[in-house]
Amino acid sequence: MGKVIVVTSGKGGVGKTTSTAALGAALAQNGERVVVVDFDVGLRNLDLVMGAERRVVYDLVNVIQGEAKLTQALIRDKRLENLFLLPASQTRDKDNLTTEGVDRVITELKRVFDWVICDSPAGIERGATLAMRHADMAVVVTNPEVSSVRDSDRIIGLLDSKTLKAERGERMEKHLMLTRYDATRAERGDMLKVDDVLEILSIPLVGIIPESSDVLRASNMGAPVTLADARCAPAMAYFDAARRLRGEQLPITIPGDKRSIFGKIFGRKAA
Amino acid sequence: MSIFGLFRKQKSAPMARERLQVLLAHERASAGSDLVSILREEILAVIAKHVELDADRVHVKMDRDENMSILEIDVEIPLKSTLQAA
Repeated sequence: MGKVIVVTSGKGGVGKTTSTAALGAALAQNGERVVVVDFDVGLRNLDLVMGAERRVVYDLVNVIQGEAKLTQALIRDKRLENLFLLPASQTRDKDNLTTEGVDRVITELKRVFDWVICDSPAGIERGATLAMRHADMAVVVTNPEVSSVRDSDRIIGLLDSKTLKAERGERMEKHLMLTRYDATRAERGDMLKVDDVLEILSIPLVGIIPESSDVLRASNMGAPVTLADARCAPAMAYFDAARRLRGEQLPITIPGDKRSIFGKIFGRKAA
Repeated sequence: MSIFGLFRKQKSAPMARERLQVLLAHERASAGSDLVSILREEILAVIAKHVELDADRVHVKMDRDENMSILEIDVEIPLKSTLQAA
């Protein structure tokens, strides 16, 4: 049986879709069978970030409504044969996502794939709660910024109350993914530090993704950042995060914190 | 920004951290409010079956930690009712 991960955050624009694509690709690059599922009905974007926007024929809502088979809706990645995408509907209303329909689709996907990664919409409404409902573990994507941290705290509360795991009285495994981190600004005292966010949210860290132009470049090209340039800093951080999700114990490094003393002195003056 | 700006400007991250800590302590106490208020009502009903008590003297609090949540129930039972129950 595959594992279900929800990538969630509460706040929009913090990197859920980017992280879903990057983690999905990273796991697939390690030989795992992966499907990434877009739950953002009406505002789908995972297809675009994955570079599959022109190949969408059927979507999650079609499958739930019985208008298409799951195998018809799944899109196989052009670069990785063991990576698939289940797109959301762009035109239909999110009310078309029924609890029973989502139950059926996820159960079926779990039978075929090692990892089912659900990209949650922003907010705390139906789409978000359905995306987290079946999760075995959650990746909470957070920016080192007050509104994002607050919303993540709210989402952590929902993960502990509104999921099947919580209803069964089990503990939801939650992982913090800190994105758009700028070690220089944090060092200067103008951005929350890793430890600040960890102390406030009290969930273990799965990765720190540095603020980087490589992320935008990858989405411009329609490739998960781990596929666009596997050697760039954010890609390496996502590879490490994927390994941690598989249960490996790896020390966490703060990316971008490698400046020389020379750089530190002049970096400060330039500020 | 000039070099002197560094001395003038207060670091903002500690402020963010402090504001969040205060805000979230408050929000966590009131959020989960569905669960806490349901628990409060039900606990109150069970105890009230056996002893007479003042509904305002029952406090239910939920705290979250890295590894566990702590449910704190504080029920004040008037001396008179305790005697009746015994």
